Amino acid sequence: MSLIVCRNLAKTYHLGETEVHALRGISLDINAGDFVAVMGASGSGKSTLMNILGCLDVPTTGSYVLDKTDISTLSANRLADIRNRKIGFVFQSFNLIPRTTARENVQLPLFYRGVTSHEQQTLALRALEKVGLAGRERHHPSQLSGGQQQRVAIARALVTNPSLMLADEPTGNLDSEASREIMEMLTRLNAEEGLTILLVTHEADIAAYAGRVITMKDGLILSDRPTRRDRPAVALQKTTT
Amino acid sequence: MMHLLIMTGLVAFRVLARNRLRSALTMLGIIIGVGAVIAMVSIGEGAKAAVQAQLATFGTNVIMVLPGATTTGGVRSGHGGAVTLTTADMEELGKLSHVTHSGWARRDAMQAVHENKNWFTTVNGVTPSYLIIRDWSIVSGDFFTQIDMDSAAKVVLLGRTVADNLFDSGQDPVGSVIRLKNIPFIVVGTLGSKGFDTRGTDQDDVIFLPFTTAERKLMGTKFLGSIGSGFLSAESPDHMDQVAAEAKRVLRQRHHLRPDQEDDFTIRNQLDTAKIQQGTSESMTVLLLAVASISLLVGGIGIMNILLVSVTERTREIGIRMAVGAKRWHILLQFLVEAVVLSAIGGLIGVALGVGGAKLASTFAGWPTIITPAVMVLAFGFSALVGIFFGLYPANKASRLNPIEALRYE
Repeated sequence: MSLIVCRNLAKTYHLGETEVHALRGISLDINAGDFVAVMGASGSGKSTLMNILGCLDVPTTGSYVLDKTDISTLSANRLADIRNRKIGFVFQSFNLIPRTTARENVQLPLFYRGVTSHEQQTLALRALEKVGLAGRERHHPSQLSGGQQQRVAIARALVTNPSLMLADEPTGNLDSEASREIMEMLTRLNAEEGLTILLVTHEADIAAYAGRVITMKDGLILSDRPTRRDRPAVALQKTTT
Repeated sequence: MMHLLIMTGLVAFRVLARNRLRSALTMLGIIIGVGAVIAMVSIGEGAKAAVQAQLATFGTNVIMVLPGATTTGGVRSGHGGAVTLTTADMEELGKLSHVTHSGWARRDAMQAVHENKNWFTTVNGVTPSYLIIRDWSIVSGDFFTQIDMDSAAKVVLLGRTVADNLFDSGQDPVGSVIRLKNIPFIVVGTLGSKGFDTRGTDQDDVIFLPFTTAERKLMGTKFLGSIGSGFLSAESPDHMDQVAAEAKRVLRQRHHLRPDQEDDFTIRNQLDTAKIQQGTSESMTVLLLAVASISLLVGGIGIMNILLVSVTERTREIGIRMAVGAKRWHILLQFLVEAVVLSAIGGLIGVALGVGGAKLASTFAGWPTIITPAVMVLAFGFSALVGIFFGLYPANKASRLNPIEALRYE
């Protein structure tokens, strides 16, 4: 079953007089339970694609259907609602709110969903436990290592039980050890819980964790092929040597 | 919704507590503004009440009738110079409808003597009704009566100041004899104190005796029955204008004045005097409120300024919140609540300082102050409004951020 159906997605930015064609017609299907990596050099349009798939932006033309909802025509408020209910974000720079505890950071999406305080706490603690941070719920981001901060971010993405997790270079700011931990966690979530993950990276060894790699160039899809299923082990050897 | 508001409020408190100094400085404008409003209004109301209390010592609903001035060889005398107003005039005016009392007086200043003490004071020959109109009270003894009037009895009433200066403390003057122009008078009563009038004259520095006694035995007269001043009391404040107009009509008729002639008397409505006094204190209050409003305005701009800084500083946070599902109004509400929390806390502190300031003014400077809860509520409410008004622009700016750009903001 297709979770994401994109047809001829195009995005054009106007920077003064010049037009920037960030996406030139992307058609893409992603099934529920897939683990897809998007690769490409900077300027290839992968960030724009992520923003549109993450409902942070709408395409100039083309259609995007997420979980049977047509996104391309929704208002800003409806998009916020979709982001809240269906999407979990993990960013390169963690993007946790500073001077706010891990638990409160994880609670944030639930707060905007209007869940009661008590339920927010219960769900947030469960999510933190799932990423192995039980007992750290009172720590502020500045008191946690990079890997731990990223795990808080993953907990925040998971807490709403989203249909799709968007991970934008999640290991970009981490050392190889922490990178391996995070990628193994994502792999496990994908394998054990059937979480659909869309991963943006420019590192081949990180992309190798995914089951399918899409390579982009100049706003178009250059290649789209599955990877070997035993890839994580290979990637692991690469990073440790 | 309520839950969301409370949670947003808690977040706002935490954010503001994080930057304590900055928040305190931001609140300062509001604190000063609200404090000034409370203190000034309290002092202003106190002053107004004091003036009103002074005015009330004149008696209630009193209309004064003064004889006109004479012109002798180009020299004009003041009020009462002419002998145009008589006891008969006042008796006639007493018959007008809505007039409860009619009284009259004439006065002179002279030396009063009691044993080895003497005191220069104002001596008033008055009717018993005058004492009622002017609302004098008796401390010991009694008022003189109509019988004393009719018989021109040599009896006097002493004002507080005169009694204090002619008699030893603890000595009751009632029954004693004092001398005016070497004529002995029996003290029949001492009067309750009225204090100073609005012009600062000691109203208690006075001796009253029956009008007839003053006219025939003490002061003499150029013209029997001429009076220094007449007093009417109206049934209610609403009747004062009507009574004054009627009195004017009757007096013009009695004095045979042609329409082209000016009045040979003056009628003064006590309310007019009161209005002037109140007008002064009201314009003072308006002035102070204007100053306080400017202070609140400056405080509001301070809040707006610091919120704009805060929105810029927290652009990334706003981006994060939007990414995880905050809608525009969530962000708007968050910053608006911060603005209101700032201004409302400032308002509360301001109210406390204002009340404290007013209390200090009354304790140390001895100014009368009146602290009205309504003003406190109003000032506090106004400060909250200032927060909403000046928070709206930064909050709106925050809510309109593009989440992608906000997330990328360094």
